Amino acid sequence: MNKPIRRVSIFCLVLILALMVRTNWVQGVQADAWASNKNNKRQLYDRYAHPRGNIIVSGQPVTNSDFVNGLRYKYKRSWINGPMYAPVTGYSSQAYGSNGLENLEDGILSGTDDRLFFRNTLDMLTGEQQRGGDVVTTINAKVQKAAFDAMGDKKGAVVALDPKTGAILALVSTPSYDPGTIAGNDDGDAWKALNSDPNKPMDNRALKYTYPPGSTFKLVTATAAFENGMFQSIDDTTSTPEPYILPGTQTPLKNESPNERCENATVKSGLDQSCNTVFAKIGADLGKDKMRAQAEKFGFNSTIDTPVRAEKSVFPNSASLDGTAQDSIGQHDTRATPLQVAMVSAAIANNGSLMQPYLVDQERSASLTTISKHTEKQFSQAMSPATAQKMQDLMVSVVQDGTGKNAQIPGVQVGGKTGTAQHGENNSALPYAWFTSWAKTPDGQSVAVAVVVEDGSDNRDGISGGRLAAPIAKAVMQAALGK
Amino acid sequence: MSSYDLSGDTGRAGGRRRAAAGRVVPRRRGNTTISPQGAPNRRNTELALLVFAVLLPILAYANVGLAMDSRLPAGMLGYGLGMGALALVAHLLVRRFAPYADPLMLPIATLLNGLGVVMIWRLDKAGHLLSGNFPAARNQLMWSALGITLFIGVMVFLKDHRVLQRYTYISMVVALVLLAAPAFFPARAEDFGAKIWIRMGSFSIQPGEFAKIVLTVFFAGYLMVKRDALALASRRFMGLYLPRGRDLGPIVVIWLLSLLILIFENDLGTSFLFFGLFVVMLYVATERTSWILFGLLMSVGGAVAVATTTSHVKVRIDAWLDPMAAFSANPPKGSTEQIGQSLMALGSGGVTGSGLGQGRSWLINFAAKSDFILGSFGEELGLTGLMAIFLLYALLVQRGLRTAVAARDPFGKLFAVGLASAMALQVFVVAGGVTGLIPLTGMTMPFLAQGGSSVVANWALVAILLKISDSARRPGVEPAPATEGQGGPAR
Repeated sequence: MNKPIRRVSIFCLVLILALMVRTNWVQGVQADAWASNKNNKRQLYDRYAHPRGNIIVSGQPVTNSDFVNGLRYKYKRSWINGPMYAPVTGYSSQAYGSNGLENLEDGILSGTDDRLFFRNTLDMLTGEQQRGGDVVTTINAKVQKAAFDAMGDKKGAVVALDPKTGAILALVSTPSYDPGTIAGNDDGDAWKALNSDPNKPMDNRALKYTYPPGSTFKLVTATAAFENGMFQSIDDTTSTPEPYILPGTQTPLKNESPNERCENATVKSGLDQSCNTVFAKIGADLGKDKMRAQAEKFGFNSTIDTPVRAEKSVFPNSASLDGTAQDSIGQHDTRATPLQVAMVSAAIANNGSLMQPYLVDQERSASLTTISKHTEKQFSQAMSPATAQKMQDLMVSVVQDGTGKNAQIPGVQVGGKTGTAQHGENNSALPYAWFTSWAKTPDGQSVAVAVVVEDGSDNRDGISGGRLAAPIAKAVMQAALGK
Repeated sequence: MSSYDLSGDTGRAGGRRRAAAGRVVPRRRGNTTISPQGAPNRRNTELALLVFAVLLPILAYANVGLAMDSRLPAGMLGYGLGMGALALVAHLLVRRFAPYADPLMLPIATLLNGLGVVMIWRLDKAGHLLSGNFPAARNQLMWSALGITLFIGVMVFLKDHRVLQRYTYISMVVALVLLAAPAFFPARAEDFGAKIWIRMGSFSIQPGEFAKIVLTVFFAGYLMVKRDALALASRRFMGLYLPRGRDLGPIVVIWLLSLLILIFENDLGTSFLFFGLFVVMLYVATERTSWILFGLLMSVGGAVAVATTTSHVKVRIDAWLDPMAAFSANPPKGSTEQIGQSLMALGSGGVTGSGLGQGRSWLINFAAKSDFILGSFGEELGLTGLMAIFLLYALLVQRGLRTAVAARDPFGKLFAVGLASAMALQVFVVAGGVTGLIPLTGMTMPFLAQGGSSVVANWALVAILLKISDSARRPGVEPAPATEGQGGPAR
């Protein structure tokens, strides 16, 4: 019987060997795939197993990692001034994942980033508790607060940029929410309530919403006109008929009020009064290709990663000339994020050089070692410095003599442009009120702002960019320049 | 006559000499010419290994306490002393009653049992995270003590394993009762339809574990008598020896019994184990490869037949092919996250593991302590730890099979082969299911897993193997009378 017993013993060894090979396959070859499987909750528990790094605004953290010593989760995220900073930080929830910087910078914040490997290994050897790194934002706490307070109960967004660097100084979206209410793993009610709120408080209007930019887009059209040599000076007269019939149609294009003197107005007076006819005709005369080329220099038709991705602003490839005419006054199919509108002012204020907007200045380890630092990059030379000078003069004139008087700040040079964007079926919905501006102090400080207010008033006549949005922009610029 | 060597590998000689069937051969002390004087009995080796086997789980216990509470567990001393005392008593009685027994089996069983208790205790500590959980370490410890008591009982009272040969047919009846009984008890929801328990109030036993031993007694006794008829009376056909129709009887009966277990108790594991066990023993008894072929054909046929007629087997196979299906928005009916969770636990453990007390194998839920305890070990001790555990089982099985080779009587040989290969099959079926190698069948890992019946039965199994190895390696035993008649011809 011994021969078969020996064979059985080989068979038994083969069985165990098969188990060993299989286990090597699962735990060796496939290990990472199983460890990072989306259904593997260990990753989630790991994220909250040690203190998460913070998001820093003006040198102070706006986040916390609270030791809750839960059964599954040791730590829980909390936010300081959550609603104010939610569009900047995003949320990080035990039950609902994360978004915004909390998501994009998770490697640094949770400490799993490869660049923290050395630090983590050292911590492990010295017995220190692992701690995530910090993310230093470009947000200026004063500017952010001014913008958030000025928005109050209104629905809309504010973006403030440093034109010289592209740093995002304020990023406000209202109504907002406190990410702390959904940070835990038993916040289902709050999560449902936030998601079913018709005002969509969790949406980041500053980056993720595209609005019709309305008259603020006339800045792009005027820039295109100068860049293409259509005019030499801001006092050149345009050939604008009254009424202006949209090319190829029988439809006359209306101006906002019958009092405006738009017929054959100068560029300056056309922008002061925000004449639709003047800029629609300029756009139609330049044609869609030249208009689109200029718009794209300002950032339209590109995704902008701040690193939080901004929705693509659109200048369309209209099939018809009347479409292009309307696109050129920021209606029809033209769409822009508040960030994009701020970029237009920033490029003009920075003598035509558009800097890449950015939200994260530094990533650093828990021991404050800098892991990465943003280097300023030019997005494009949106226009020549000469054109930029003309555009600045035009915008100053709007604030001095035109629709933007509410944005005047004593002792500061302010240029701006209002917008009242029609939208909805047959433009029947209440229009959006826009204001975009820049301000410069004699000592070289500058700021560029875009404000959009979705629901400034119940009645149509009460809504204008100058009345609703300009005072908000003014408050933001004052905060930025310390005036 | 060849001489006995020191390692106890007396296979060739043992194979030639057979005891008369059903009769206990009287032994006489003293040396014969074929035995070297003073053959080492390896008891001191066993003691040294045993110290290691007791210390290792105590260190693991301390490790869990430090990792989870940052201090040494309060019960450490008591646990250590308890385990140490039990192991020592077992060792002393082996020294007294089975002095020539294999020195490896007791330490391996002690080590596996101890590690299992530590892991169960560690999961108890995370108990609030497992639904349907109850603290089990204390019970497991109690069952281990009972198991070792039974081990001691076997040592003391089973003078010779051949006594069991007398109970061949009683064993058959007992085994049938044990196997059939669970079918008459309702299955709980969390058993996924498998009926493998007999429940009386809060007390439950898993009779399959005991049936494993009793059935091996029957198979060994029966095959010892019938092996010649089964081996010789056959026709050759295409290079294979085909058994006569009437000799096919026993294998068909066992096959049908396995199918009945599968159909009425939904117990794929037990069914497979018993059929596999029978085929292995049949092969060893008759040395006819054709039985293996028949066995394979019949198990595949049976599995296919049952899979196409009942849902249970199909569900298991589907869960094996796509373990993550249970996580989808619309999980298939009857599916369970367990296999997927187990694979994720293994993957997260990686090569070195998370360390004891630092894994999250409680995600596998309550089964992390029982059927899926290997997943828990895999996560916390990593690939390295699992390899070590598999090696321990391989060693235990190989020592059992070596005992079979060394055994001097055919009943002992068949009995040892049966017990050892039952252990191997069970380890393969359980670990294969947990690691996704084969469909999950729902059995317990011998010694490691939570479960009183399993621990007690496996301690008895090891005790019997030790007894057989003692008689096999004992020097100076008068060889059995060379009456080859009933035992079959020498081969």
